[in-house]
Amino acid sequence: MKNLDCLNVLIVGVGGQGTLLASKFLGAAAALSGKDVKVSEVHGMSQRGGSVITCVKIGEKIASPIIDEGEADMILAFEQLEAIRWLPYLKKGGTIITNIQKINPMPVVSGAAKYPENIIDVLKKSDIELVTLDALGLAAECGSTKAVNVVLLGVLASRLSEVPASIWEESLKSVVPAKMYDINEKAFQKGVHSYEC
Amino acid sequence: MKKLLLGNEAVARGAWEAGVNVVSSYPGTPSTEITENIAKYDEVFCEWAPNEKVATEVAIGAAVAGARSMCCMKHVGVNVAADPLFTVAYTGVNGGFVLVVADDPGMHSSQNEQDSRFYALSAHVPMLEPSDAQECLDFTKKAFEISENFDTPVILRLTTRVAHARSLAELSERIAYEKKPYKKDTMKYVMMPGMAKKRHVFVDERTVKLKEFSEDASGGLNVVEYNDKKLGIITSGISYQYTKEVFPEASVLKLGMVYPLPDKLIQEFAQNVDELLVIEELEPFIENHVRQMGIKVEGKKYFTNQGELNTTIIRKAYKGEKLESATAAEAVETPARPPVLCPGCPHRGVFYVLSNMKVRVSGDIGCYTLGAMKPYEAVDTCVCMGASVSMAHGMDKADAQFGEKMPTVAVIGDSTFMHSGITGLIDIVYNKGTSTVIILDNSITGMTGHQQNPTTGRTIKMEEAPAVNLVKLAEAVGVKRVRVEDPFDMKKFKAAVKEEIEAQEPSVIIAQRPCALLKNVKYGAPVKIDTEKCKKCGACMKLGCPAIYNDNGVYKIDESICLGCKLCEQMCAFGAIGKEE
Repeated sequence: MKNLDCLNVLIVGVGGQGTLLASKFLGAAAALSGKDVKVSEVHGMSQRGGSVITCVKIGEKIASPIIDEGEADMILAFEQLEAIRWLPYLKKGGTIITNIQKINPMPVVSGAAKYPENIIDVLKKSDIELVTLDALGLAAECGSTKAVNVVLLGVLASRLSEVPASIWEESLKSVVPAKMYDINEKAFQKGVHSYEC
Repeated sequence: MKKLLLGNEAVARGAWEAGVNVVSSYPGTPSTEITENIAKYDEVFCEWAPNEKVATEVAIGAAVAGARSMCCMKHVGVNVAADPLFTVAYTGVNGGFVLVVADDPGMHSSQNEQDSRFYALSAHVPMLEPSDAQECLDFTKKAFEISENFDTPVILRLTTRVAHARSLAELSERIAYEKKPYKKDTMKYVMMPGMAKKRHVFVDERTVKLKEFSEDASGGLNVVEYNDKKLGIITSGISYQYTKEVFPEASVLKLGMVYPLPDKLIQEFAQNVDELLVIEELEPFIENHVRQMGIKVEGKKYFTNQGELNTTIIRKAYKGEKLESATAAEAVETPARPPVLCPGCPHRGVFYVLSNMKVRVSGDIGCYTLGAMKPYEAVDTCVCMGASVSMAHGMDKADAQFGEKMPTVAVIGDSTFMHSGITGLIDIVYNKGTSTVIILDNSITGMTGHQQNPTTGRTIKMEEAPAVNLVKLAEAVGVKRVRVEDPFDMKKFKAAVKEEIEAQEPSVIIAQRPCALLKNVKYGAPVKIDTEKCKKCGACMKLGCPAIYNDNGVYKIDESICLGCKLCEQMCAFGAIGKEE
């Protein structure tokens, strides 16, 4: 279990996967919990299918909005390769929650590089706590593959027991369109409960 | 009540609370969301101008008329707006006028990392620099007050990490701003030599008064935080936040006003600490000033002027320390993930054709700059907004001087052409050039996230507007060879490019197809590769579409991202690619 007195979460993925919404969702929950919070986003060029990171820092008083090498308590990874790419940003013994989905970057698509096959095995053997799940599959079960971000945040929520369900609910409402709320709520619950089993 | 606001949203909110009446901007990362958020307020007239010079002039006009006005741009936009900026510094204002500039250290989405603080110094315009969302909101309001109290434009400078970071900010209500009466005043507003000489005197006197203002810490802009006095750090903006993380024990002089600088405050702070350090991104702007005052100081001796600073860089450079990180149990080679043209992108056909023809491509600023990347490697140059057109003309004229002709085209997006491509085209026609300009008309400003522009038929508030007709515009400036082509019909497009390059007169090809990310663009079901028909030649891979991949020797299409545009069908000589009927 983690707590909100000092929590740095790095959200990593591929441009277009919805990392920005996930960071807004978590940021809103922290603010509603009465904490100081800063969220750093990336816009522009790197969103075109590039590697993207957003930082969410929660605590009593936050200065820098950026999470740097060795500063993250948790990495929420939307894609395997991005999980291992940003590993140096994790504190020793920190937690990685990763979607097992693979998205080939252009050098792999074009055959100039190979997608590493052993990422999950290496992470398992590393000095971290690892949670893996098929967030894409779970999101599809809920009716939208776009809800990967909310599934993953559900997993993270299951590790923050001090935040009550009502706050997650209100935060989710503040970041997704009303007509998409039901699907996203279902996806969030999938994430919350996937960790239990 | 406190709200979690993006720095850019907070600037918009601050301007609204300050009663701003007119806002004109040109989009550019990382400044775009300021104007997009202002557009949500019904009380404010808000527009996308064709470029930053126009935006600045609109805002100046509004301020002279007695309203509060603002214009927003990225750092390189100030180069375009510099002409009006340097002279509005002389005329001053009537209603308050604030120019917001967002610098991009680290070049997340830019072609250089120039430091806008030098604009404040050389134009003698006060500059404020916030370090979080609350300050973005507060300093914007303060900027309007300073503008009116000192009869000056004010620059509000953000950097990417302030513009694109969310933090909590206290909101208040909008003030009822009363329009200042307009008074004709040629000595103040008509900058002919006789008047401008007098106004230059005013500018210098104003700078002295602004300096006195900056000394007063009660204004809340420049703040001294005494702590352990062994180390004193002068800093501003995002560097202040990094400083607080790495040196929680140090004394800090936080500058919210970076021009003019408060000499007395700096002097006093320097005297009270044993060692003085300046932590700032990019150029040694503050450091050089402090050193010129005869004060012993260090800064760039430790911290690079290239890219962004962060806590890791600062910690390592000054303390020689590094935080302990998690490490992988064994080394894993991680391939880079560069940005790419999206599946269904209308530019893909253009760059495949140009790459295939091996023509020289004078490039420009937008998503299509990615045409320089693998597998196309089609684009030869990229300098600034609009440069593609004029540079192609320069290339052609240079070759001609030596009796040579290298096939050359300029490629430029619709919004960029409106920004500053049209002037280059006029030059080509006027000076008897023969260049070929390809306007990539995707019906939107793409890279900055879908802003309307003069060619799209909508305003920033999505009201209907007259759309510039690119064909008629090109014809009106004297181009006789103007044609509209579909970049997805690659055979025909290639023939068109060949014909226009060979023509001994200026030509314009409008490559028309909307951005694949626009909501109304629908190509239907994804495309499939018939593995029985596929001869594994790999021709489809040359399009560089992220949806087509090689799965251990078998070519496949990722249905989850394929938009069904069918461009790849044209690549297959064996009819293996297509949609299921």
